[in-house]
Amino acid sequence: MEWISLISMWLIPIFIAFILLYGTLKKVPAYEKFVEGGKEGIHIAVSIIPYLIGMMVAIGIFRASGALDSLVGMLKPLLVWIGLPPEVFPLAIIRPISGNAALGMVSDLLAVHGPDSYIGRLASVIQGSTDTTFYVLTVYFGAVGIKKMGDALKVGLLADIAGFIAAVLIVTWMFGQG
Amino acid sequence: MVNWIWVGMTVVGLIFAAVNGKMEEVNKAIFQSSAEAVTICIGLISVLVFWLGLMRIAEEAGLLQKLSRLFKPIVAKLFPEVPADHPAMGYIISNMTANLFGLGNAATPLGIKAMEELKRLNGGKTEASRSMITFLAINTSSITLIPTTVLAIRFSYDSAAPAEIVAPAIIATACSTVAAVLIDRFFYLRRKRKGGN
Repeated sequence: MEWISLISMWLIPIFIAFILLYGTLKKVPAYEKFVEGGKEGIHIAVSIIPYLIGMMVAIGIFRASGALDSLVGMLKPLLVWIGLPPEVFPLAIIRPISGNAALGMVSDLLAVHGPDSYIGRLASVIQGSTDTTFYVLTVYFGAVGIKKMGDALKVGLLADIAGFIAAVLIVTWMFGQG
Repeated sequence: MVNWIWVGMTVVGLIFAAVNGKMEEVNKAIFQSSAEAVTICIGLISVLVFWLGLMRIAEEAGLLQKLSRLFKPIVAKLFPEVPADHPAMGYIISNMTANLFGLGNAATPLGIKAMEELKRLNGGKTEASRSMITFLAINTSSITLIPTTVLAIRFSYDSAAPAEIVAPAIIATACSTVAAVLIDRFFYLRRKRKGGN
């Protein structure tokens, strides 16, 4: 744990120092270019607001109405058959939709089952090895104004499913189901 | 596709709320979620401004081109439509590098820049190009070496070995990335057979 947090702590500062020194060495007017590039950031952040509001409100309604719980209940027999513990399933459904909600679920699972249980480990691996597909899609496509997503969502969600299956197999293989 | 999902989620949710008598919760959720979305975007401003500013320096200094030349052989295979010395390649690679080190905050602005360049390559069309779909597929399966947030949570719940999930997470993420690339290729070939792009 010690060395990991140490690396994480040093990585960003070293990265920043490297870019500034390298830029200066190459005679780039660093501060002026920084401001120039930064201005773009404000525009991007503001322009994704409507995309994010639209998506998050729909997800919020879906969750608060109990529709999500019903969906989870309906799919339960299938999951038990695959070998995914039902407790972890809501996480698998939420993970692609909302990163914050997923994080909330992970800490809930760790609190109830303990971080070193099968469910605790599985939840940790799932959270650590997948990303919020909907959020990534919304932000990236929203920021540059892509209206037709093509197969992007399908590909992203299928890849998530592959990730979950891999997580179940690997955790079971490494630690057993105890 | 998005339109259907969006309307579907909302309408199904509203019908469920009507049947289950959860209207009060739904009303709350509408305002809470929209407020949360704005909070996220405002929070993104600081990160976006800082990293895009920094990246502009790196770009002017020629660092992106250098980086992309280094990883070109691998990444070029994944993005056959992107010319090797195009700025898009540099941004794609820096985005992947940032993700790899778990710097999600740094990865987002780079990913957006990559998308912008890919859109330019695609003639500014509002339709997702093949490269964009590949890029998103790789991004959503998120290749991470150190899942810092999860480690922090495990630590706070007094795990006997918080870091023991790092190795399985790397293997799982590698599996899902390979799967993402394969699934993406499959859909691309299917589109091509149907005569699309």
